[in-house]
Amino acid sequence: MKKFFAQAYLWLLLAMLYAPILIIAIFSFTEAKVLGNWTGFSTKLYTSLFSGGVHHSLLHAIENTFIIAIVSAVIATMLGSVAAIGIFNLRNRKKMIMNTLNNIPMLNPDIITGISLFLLFVSLGITQGYATVILAHVTFCTPYVVLCVIPRLQQMNPNIYEAALDLGATPWQALRKVLIPEIKPGMISGFILSFTLSIDDFAVTIFTIGTGGLETLSTYIYADARKGGLTPELRPLSTIIFVTVLVLLIIINIRSQRTQKLKEAK
Amino acid sequence: MKWLSNIFMKRSNWSIPYFIFLLIFVVLPLVLIFLYAFQDADGNFTLKNFSKFISNPEAANTFVYSIGVAIVTTVLCILLGYPAAYILSNSELCRSKVTVVLFILPMWINILVRTLATVALFDFMRLPLGEGALIFGMVYNFLPFMIYPIYNTMQKMDHSYIEAAQDLGASPMKVFTKVVAPLSMPGVMSGVMMVFMPTISTFAIAELLTMNNIKLFGTTIQENINNGMWNYGAALSLIMLVIIFATNLFSDDEDQAANEGII
Repeated sequence: MKKFFAQAYLWLLLAMLYAPILIIAIFSFTEAKVLGNWTGFSTKLYTSLFSGGVHHSLLHAIENTFIIAIVSAVIATMLGSVAAIGIFNLRNRKKMIMNTLNNIPMLNPDIITGISLFLLFVSLGITQGYATVILAHVTFCTPYVVLCVIPRLQQMNPNIYEAALDLGATPWQALRKVLIPEIKPGMISGFILSFTLSIDDFAVTIFTIGTGGLETLSTYIYADARKGGLTPELRPLSTIIFVTVLVLLIIINIRSQRTQKLKEAK
Repeated sequence: MKWLSNIFMKRSNWSIPYFIFLLIFVVLPLVLIFLYAFQDADGNFTLKNFSKFISNPEAANTFVYSIGVAIVTTVLCILLGYPAAYILSNSELCRSKVTVVLFILPMWINILVRTLATVALFDFMRLPLGEGALIFGMVYNFLPFMIYPIYNTMQKMDHSYIEAAQDLGASPMKVFTKVVAPLSMPGVMSGVMMVFMPTISTFAIAELLTMNNIKLFGTTIQENINNGMWNYGAALSLIMLVIIFATNLFSDDEDQAANEGII
């Protein structure tokens, strides 16, 4: 009986959490301009989303979002992995300082990160556009990469690296053949996390994107919503984003479960 | 070139590029907020930005109202989220890990998309947008952020304490108030941080949920920055930073453990 109520409560909450998304997904398969009117099943919104034309700027925004996410995630992963190796080898006070600094971007609310970077760029006289958005995204993504890689370094047997050096490997070879394979799972998690954070971001982007007409998906949706009428094509788009995130998360979870099993097997 | 390879060899030096990066893109910008807040448009020192905030009823009211909304949202999230986290972490009541993933999943969807979905839901159910929609939207947006840290601490809880309490004759109510609740407090605190902070600092969401009728503090800051009032905007940001710092004091290092392994 207790179990029944517990399950019922969980499903009720889940229903509340998913009801809005479900409604968007359902009404992405009808043509009606206004959400809530069902005018029969149709995939027209999906085809018109990808055929461009009127919604060319939307396609453009999607493209920008992906370019920014990939470039930021790549830079953040490289910067963060190198930094993680460095921080892992630091001692005492220096380590503490680095960890504290690394925590600041994660604790700061988005709006503060956005405004502070905005002030930085305007006081340095940098024109805002692609580069500033990417720098801003790297700023809030890298700490997560560091946090993903450091546990891998802690689990690693430090003697392996030394052994490679003793056996005549150059530091470069030891890095490539020993260190990087060991921290690779952490780097991949960090990359995926950075990628999703970057795609999701709105508050930091809007302050660093400038007025040059550059748009990402978030700023496009924002501008669109403020105009009042939401482009119907956003319904299929939201549905696609939702399904993509769902698949990505399932992959991450399977991956982490597999590594956990491996750990337990050891 | 020898000295260069020496620097490279010492692996602790690998943190230097990131250190410089953090100084330029994290520390310096925060210092700039501080500097801008105490300057007028010509760059002279002034406290005018703060006195303007206190004397301007609209900004001050928005500020108080935002804190109110954030408190209501946080309390509702605890009331709804705590039982859910308890059930999820209890293997007798909930066996499937998939349910946990289902609760975390919405955290990874763009907040604007989620907000628009809420607006769509209210439209669909023919409910008016306004204060009710605002609170629902906030709870809907941030509930997963409350459930997850509480679930995490409860998962790590040593269950032998609960068994010991039961063996020693504590009633289920006693077990909960004396053992489970105190042990899960770090998770609750961390959840409060993860809900209260974003709620007080969001912008755009409130406008969308209330058809521009209700403004929150984040929106006020954004509007000022957008309208070129950088100094005043910086002062308002600094006020928000102080609030966040104050909330941070209530939580301690333990809480960070609760957020580990968020994926």
